Amino acid sequence: MNLKSLSKILLIVSIPVILLLMLSSYAASADDTTDYPVPPPPFSEGIFPCSGCHAGMEANTNRRELSFHEDIKLKHFDGWCFNCHNPGDRDTLRLASGKIISFKESEYLCGQCHGTMFRDWKVGVHGKRTGFWNGKKEYRLCVHCHSPHQPGFKPLKPLPPPIRPEDSKYKTSETIPLNPLDSIKE
Amino acid sequence: MSKKNCNNPSSKSVDRRSFLKGTAFGLASLAIPFGTSDASVWEAFFQKHFREMNDDEIKSVIKRMEKEYADEYKTGFKIKTTGPLPGVKFGYGLDLSRCIGCRRCVYACVKENNQSREPQIHWITVLQFEKGEKWVNVFEEADRYYNPQEVPEEGHFYMPVQCQQCENPPCVKVCPTQATWKERDGIVVVDYNWCIGCRYCMAACPYGARHFNWGKPQIDKKELNPDVHYLGNRPRYKGVVEKCTFCIQRTRENPGRYPACVEICPVGARKFGNLLDPESEIRYCIENKRVFRLKEDLNTSPKFYYFFAI
Ligand code: HEC
Ligand code: HEC
Ligand code: HEC
Ligand code: HEC
Repeated sequence: MNLKSLSKILLIVSIPVILLLMLSSYAASADDTTDYPVPPPPFSEGIFPCSGCHAGMEANTNRRELSFHEDIKLKHFDGWCFNCHNPGDRDTLRLASGKIISFKESEYLCGQCHGTMFRDWKVGVHGKRTGFWNGKKEYRLCVHCHSPHQPGFKPLKPLPPPIRPEDSKYKTSETIPLNPLDSIKE
Repeated sequence: MSKKNCNNPSSKSVDRRSFLKGTAFGLASLAIPFGTSDASVWEAFFQKHFREMNDDEIKSVIKRMEKEYADEYKTGFKIKTTGPLPGVKFGYGLDLSRCIGCRRCVYACVKENNQSREPQIHWITVLQFEKGEKWVNVFEEADRYYNPQEVPEEGHFYMPVQCQQCENPPCVKVCPTQATWKERDGIVVVDYNWCIGCRYCMAACPYGARHFNWGKPQIDKKELNPDVHYLGNRPRYKGVVEKCTFCIQRTRENPGRYPACVEICPVGARKFGNLLDPESEIRYCIENKRVFRLKEDLNTSPKFYYFFAI
């Protein structure tokens, strides 16, 4: 085969491929999927949509003791609710640039101040990805692991230590010990 | 004759172990299974080395084995023999600055890989160190039995250890029956039907990563994982050695799932991927973090990389 006919074949083959690519990118933008696929944000039950209460409420930008959401005590940088939340629409977040983002992409919010973490997160090195090592992956939002209001990682109860060799009593027992993993609900 | 126990059909009933011992000393005392009429015992005894079998032979071994397991465990096991993917060499990363020692990985591994609950076998051991302790070389003496209410404990850090999947594995060199070897994707595997339980490999492993079935492995039936690989998490026999295989039954699929320990880790300290792929997260770790490997001076060349991300 000479070069000319090869390039002709390549051209013919590539047209449908390009069309397909155009179609699929159209499909992606038509869908409201995020840049990084994540499980649903870890809201407490019943709190979202926030507009359920906030739609008719005036935003109060004053820093104060709240009579609602009392469980939220900010222990992060020296800021206030509207460094992150959007006073105009409580169902979204607002970046310093004024850009409005959804709670499904709150990593951009955190990434404004934690650039190195965000960079590592995108490549799966900070935080975690599950799914397929050579295929589709699902990320975890920063807030799946860090509360945005008190971001230190919460300590966990460890699962039981191994049995010491001297305590190991091999027996053909009727009661095989069960896996303690199944007793935790996380 | 029934061999519906958990013992290695090729070693207990027919005693390949003493057969091999005999040949090893040049005595050639042919301890073949006279007195048994069960064809599958004979088949098990004469089973070829896994790497020398052709597809048909493998198929028939798997069929025989699935039946043995079904009789023994009353559970339908699907035994895969998936080979290495081309262009793949697996590597693992562990971020010690994140690990909090919660042991979720230990038990996710036990569950996924059908480790014996009684006697207890854990492929992953989590070590606790005091910060500032000289630790990399003394990890045999570290505390593996820590059990506070909550982890991490102030002033401590944690290091999980499992098979380091050495490029230059000392365990493989000492095996007298070639029952353990390194596959093309870098995973060091064990054929439980060829292992004679001499435990030379355990003595040779500098990481304490190999474990011996002193008794018949026991697992509650409802906790069995029926998705198994011949060279990995299929139920083991009494008297054989086992260890981490990077979850060969999950990772060798296409697309391949992450190992169970990676998937469960709540702090995201565990990283896994293809060392030959420059876009993989493991390559990112190696190129952008200061990684080190355990007992580097022994030249085992592990494919298990530890690092501190911060
Ligand atoms: C650092 C940015 C940041 C600041 C500052 C902040 N929030 Fe949030 N907040 C978030 C993010 C991100 C979420 C979403 C968490 C999730 O996805 O579950 C959230 C969630 C919430 C929720 C839902 C909590 C739940 O239980 O599910 C409430 C209520 C809330 N914030 C109120 C406040 C109030 C009130 C303040 C000020 C006192 C405040 N936030 C300050 C970022 C912030
Ligand atoms: C059940 C009703 C209710 C829901 C649902 C609710 N809020 Fe509120 N929120 C309130 C009330 C009431 C206040 C005012 C408290 C005060 O002024 O002391 C308030 C105050 C706030 C404030 C402080 C600023 C301001 O405007 O007063 C923020 C920020 C906030 N809410 C965020 C959220 C977010 C984000 C969500 C959803 C994740 C949410 N809220 C859901 C009732 C609600
Ligand atoms: C406006 C800048 C800013 C934003 C936005 C921000 N942070 Fe922070 N964060 C800080 C600063 C400054 C510190 C260090 C001082 C402190 O802990 O208060 C910090 C500390 C932290 C820490 C360490 C806490 C500890 O106890 O060690 C974590 C984790 C964290 N942030 C997570 C997040 C997450 C998750 C988000 C997004 C929801 C976020 N941050 C958004 C500024 C920010
Ligand atoms: C899978 C859980 C997980 C996810 C997802 C995650 N982190 Fe973390 N992060 C941790 C753990 C664990 C630590 C270490 C413990 C600690 O210091 O609280 C940590 C530490 C941090 C720290 C403290 C600095 C340090 O080096 O200790 C910051 C800041 C931080 N994370 C930001 C983020 C941001 C921003 C995101 C999202 C882009 C994110 N994290 C996603 C688990 C996670």
